[in-house]
Amino acid sequence: MLLIPCPWCGPRNQIEFTYGGDATVKRPGLDAPESAWYEYVYLRDNRCGPHDELWLHSAGCRCWFKVRRDTRTHDILACARIDEDLTS
Amino acid sequence: MRSNYHLDSNAHFYEYSLKLWERLSQQLNFNVMYSARGVLNLVHSPADIDAAMRRGNAMRLNGIDAEFLSRDQIAKWIPNLDCSENARFPIMGGLLQPRGGTVRHDAVAWGYARAADACGVDIIQQCEVTGIRIDGGAVTGVETTRGFIATPRIGIAVAGHSSHVATMAGIKLPIESHVLQAMVSEPVKPVLDTVVTSGAVHFYISQSDKGGLVMGGDLDFYNSYAQRGNLPIIEHVVAACLALFPSFGRLKLLRTWGGIMDMTMDGSPIIGKLPVAGLYMTGGWCYGGFKATPASGWLHAYTIAHDRPHDLNAAFTLERFAEGNMIDEKGAGPYAWAH
Repeated sequence: MLLIPCPWCGPRNQIEFTYGGDATVKRPGLDAPESAWYEYVYLRDNRCGPHDELWLHSAGCRCWFKVRRDTRTHDILACARIDEDLTS
Repeated sequence: MRSNYHLDSNAHFYEYSLKLWERLSQQLNFNVMYSARGVLNLVHSPADIDAAMRRGNAMRLNGIDAEFLSRDQIAKWIPNLDCSENARFPIMGGLLQPRGGTVRHDAVAWGYARAADACGVDIIQQCEVTGIRIDGGAVTGVETTRGFIATPRIGIAVAGHSSHVATMAGIKLPIESHVLQAMVSEPVKPVLDTVVTSGAVHFYISQSDKGGLVMGGDLDFYNSYAQRGNLPIIEHVVAACLALFPSFGRLKLLRTWGGIMDMTMDGSPIIGKLPVAGLYMTGGWCYGGFKATPASGWLHAYTIAHDRPHDLNAAFTLERFAEGNMIDEKGAGPYAWAH
C-alpha cells in the first residue's frame, strides 16, 4: 500500500489517487518541430530508480502535485506542489 | 493463449503464434501442456455485446475462430459462474475463442532452453549485459560482466527492461515499465475447464493442472521495476472473482506475484530494427507477451537473419509512433498504463 503525501491533505491511502505519469516531460511550443512533439507525446526516460511523477488527489482535494518515488522499491522520497520543484 | 484481436496486424501476428503453440510440444519434443480449453470474454452491457460481436466478426474475417455465446449457453457450460440477473455485474453473453487456452509456462521455458541448446545455442546464466559497443553507427558487440562478446548483430529480448538496455545504445523508447500482478489459490479438484475473462471487471481466471485457480487483473497503474505489487489491486481482483464466482469465497490465496511489463504507448509490441545498424529488438509486450512467445521468437530471428522484417511483423516498427501508424487495439491513446 502506498501512503502518498498530498501537499494539501497530508498522507493518504493510494486508492484516493490517480496516476498522471512522468512529471519531467515539457509540452513543446506550437511552432516546435514535429520531432519535439514526438518526444513529448511518446518517449519516456522510464527510469529504474528515483522517478518524478504526477499524481491527482482525485478522491480528495482534486489537486495535481508531484511525487519523487523510487520505482525499484516504491519508496516515496519527496513531494511538491505542482508549481514547486521536487527536492529530496 | 488466444488470438482474439480486432486489428489486422495484431490478428495475423497472434494467430500465427497460436498456430505455433498448437504444434510446439511436437517441435520441441517437450510437453508444454498446451490445452485448448477456450477463452471466454464475458460481456455485461448492450455496448459490450456490440463490441464483442464486432470483434468476433473481425476475427472470423481474418480466418480466426470466434463464437458468441448467450447467457443461457454460458450458464449451462459454467455452472459456478453467477449468471443470474441479480449479479453485481449481470452477464449478458460472451465471446468465445474455442482454440484459445492455457500452456504451462515453466515447461515452455525448459522446452525452449533444451531445444536451443540442442541447436548449439549457448545460454550463459548469471551474466549481465553492461554496455553495447557501437562504432560508426553500427554495433560491434556487447560488454558483459564476464567480458566482451564481439558480434555484428544484437537482438534485445528483455521485456520489462527494454528501455534500460536500449539506453545502452543511446535509444529512448516509447515504453514505460509497470508491474502486473497475478495470484493463485490453494489447489482444489476440477471446478473450471475454460479461461474466463471480463474486461468490465478487470479479471481473468483459469484452473491449472495442479488445481490452483490462477487469476489476475489490471496493472498497479504506476511506473515500477519492483517485481512486487500492492494490495489494492489484489483486493480488486479478488472482489471481481467473488462477484463472478461466489462459491470461490472459501478458497485461500496461496501466492501472489508481480512481473514487470513493457507498456508501449499504443499497447502493441515493437518487433524490428532499431536506429543503430545491427541492433534489433522484440519487446513492448504490454500484457500480451506470453502468448506471443513462439511468434515473437520466430519473427525476431527472421528479422535478425534477413536484416528486414517479415510481413507478419512489418507493422510493429519503432518508427510507427513518429509516423502516426499506431496499432492501438483499445484506442486508449498515448498513455502507457491505459492499454
